Amino acid sequence: MRTLVTSPTRFVMVALMLATLAVFPFFEQQFYTEMVTRVMILSMFAISLDLLVGYTGLISFGHAAWFGLGGYVFALLGTKYRLTESLWLTMPASMAVTAAAAFLVGLFVLRTRGMFFIMVTLAFAQILYFFFHDIEALGGSSDGMNLRGKPSAAIGGWVPFELSDTNTLYYFVLLLLVAMLVFLALLLRSPLGRALQGIRENEHRMEAIGFPVYRYKLAAFTIAGGLAGLAGYLFAVLNSSVNPEMLSWHQSAEVLLMLILGGMGQLWGGLIGAFTFALLQEVLSTFAEKWHLWLGIIIILLVLFLPGGMISLLDRIRGLWQGRRT
Amino acid sequence: MSDVLLRTVNLRRTFGGLAANDNVSLELRRGQVHALLGPNGAGKSTLINLLSGDIMASSGQVFYQDRDITRLTPHERSLIGIGRSYQKTNIFPGFTVRENCRLAAQSREPRAARIFSDAATWGPYRAVVDAALRDARLTDVAERRASDLSHGQQRQLELAIVLATRPEVLLLDEPLAGMGHEESLRMIALLRGLLASHAILLVEHDMDAVFSIADVLTVMVNGRVLITGTPEQIRASPEVQQAYLGSEEAVHV
Repeated sequence: MRTLVTSPTRFVMVALMLATLAVFPFFEQQFYTEMVTRVMILSMFAISLDLLVGYTGLISFGHAAWFGLGGYVFALLGTKYRLTESLWLTMPASMAVTAAAAFLVGLFVLRTRGMFFIMVTLAFAQILYFFFHDIEALGGSSDGMNLRGKPSAAIGGWVPFELSDTNTLYYFVLLLLVAMLVFLALLLRSPLGRALQGIRENEHRMEAIGFPVYRYKLAAFTIAGGLAGLAGYLFAVLNSSVNPEMLSWHQSAEVLLMLILGGMGQLWGGLIGAFTFALLQEVLSTFAEKWHLWLGIIIILLVLFLPGGMISLLDRIRGLWQGRRT
Repeated sequence: MSDVLLRTVNLRRTFGGLAANDNVSLELRRGQVHALLGPNGAGKSTLINLLSGDIMASSGQVFYQDRDITRLTPHERSLIGIGRSYQKTNIFPGFTVRENCRLAAQSREPRAARIFSDAATWGPYRAVVDAALRDARLTDVAERRASDLSHGQQRQLELAIVLATRPEVLLLDEPLAGMGHEESLRMIALLRGLLASHAILLVEHDMDAVFSIADVLTVMVNGRVLITGTPEQIRASPEVQQAYLGSEEAVHV
């Protein structure tokens, strides 16, 4: 758990954040509960990207492909082909399909490096985008697709919870967000996770000491794809719709931005980044007309003065505080 | 005594029209330090890269204990027992010294599917790492960040990483580069300690060090082997004298 909780200050912050998230629905109206659910889903999306960007050193500019695909798997199973709406079938199916797709794409794109990797991930994401934009059998349409309903949690005749309830969906997403963080924290201290971080640190030497670097990268790409698929699935469930824009390069750029804002290679960075991004959007759009402009300026300033992301703000402040005392 | 671990046959590598290595045949035996000498541009580093798989041969073969490994990738060669160190320090700067070595040990037992186990605490890794740190005399600084080490210590770490992969053949590209006198002596003592169980190929510019430790020397000029022999034979060779007379470096005899 050292990856999750690195210092006592962090522990307090994390506990506060989770406690706030846990009690939030009791104090808010439905509108904000839904909004926070949305941001938590985007956090999961950003955190899944962090496994590639922050921990393996693979800058993917096509991560939205897996996000969108995850949503579309549910739309196709539940609405278009009406095969099943069971949560217990569609959610694993979403993750499995996106992971498999990421694996196949990874076979090709991971043969490239640096700038070329950025470009080919973008290119593959665009190909998938047009699948869901133009191919009728895949629900292709520029308007996307409205879903029949939320997935059903029924097991036989027993219904443990209803995702159509706003608060239930909120807690379901919160639970999965925490599960994802714990999963990644465990993964990152495991031999596989260590090797991925070694690849980020010095890929050439990893190869020289006997690691089949390509296969390790492929594992990371597959896992990150499956996790992004889960986020996309939840996003579709929340919105009760899917749209090819979920796979667009804007979406890929936005999640990258969230991660940079929050801090890469920090695990919490994606969470903090997604909330910062949403907060900026919300606040700026209420009192500024050209709010995109202000958002851009603020992001540039944050990147310039907080290159470690928002997560480094805490250490900065503590550093200033301790500096003043000594 | 003299079992041959690594052998090359007529190895050749060209870059464009230039033959950086041509018709190179040599043998590395267990228990021997085989030193590679030659002026800059003679093809020493190319040869090490050919042996480690960092570059591929244009023609000719490399054998590891009679197995043809000419087409193997660097990680495959590392796994069968060929370890190399780099002239330019090539470590994991952001990790602790211990983690640098632990990663190397992990490559022997990847356990990649065990995604819920803690890599840092697994016993068998620890044992290998502790031995490598002890051999490279880095135990005291094991928990420091690699980037915080002195240059000499980083050179020792460079070697410790290789040792943690438990190789049979060591390809050492200027292990003494940039080291002070004291540090060099310690490194030479360290290499002597490894000798019995390893075959060592040593590229080194420090002639005193080379002649003090080498059992066999190969002198290369313009990508070709000029002569291979014992230190006495090399000292006495008129060809070597002549090859070095034209260059700025000189063999201190």
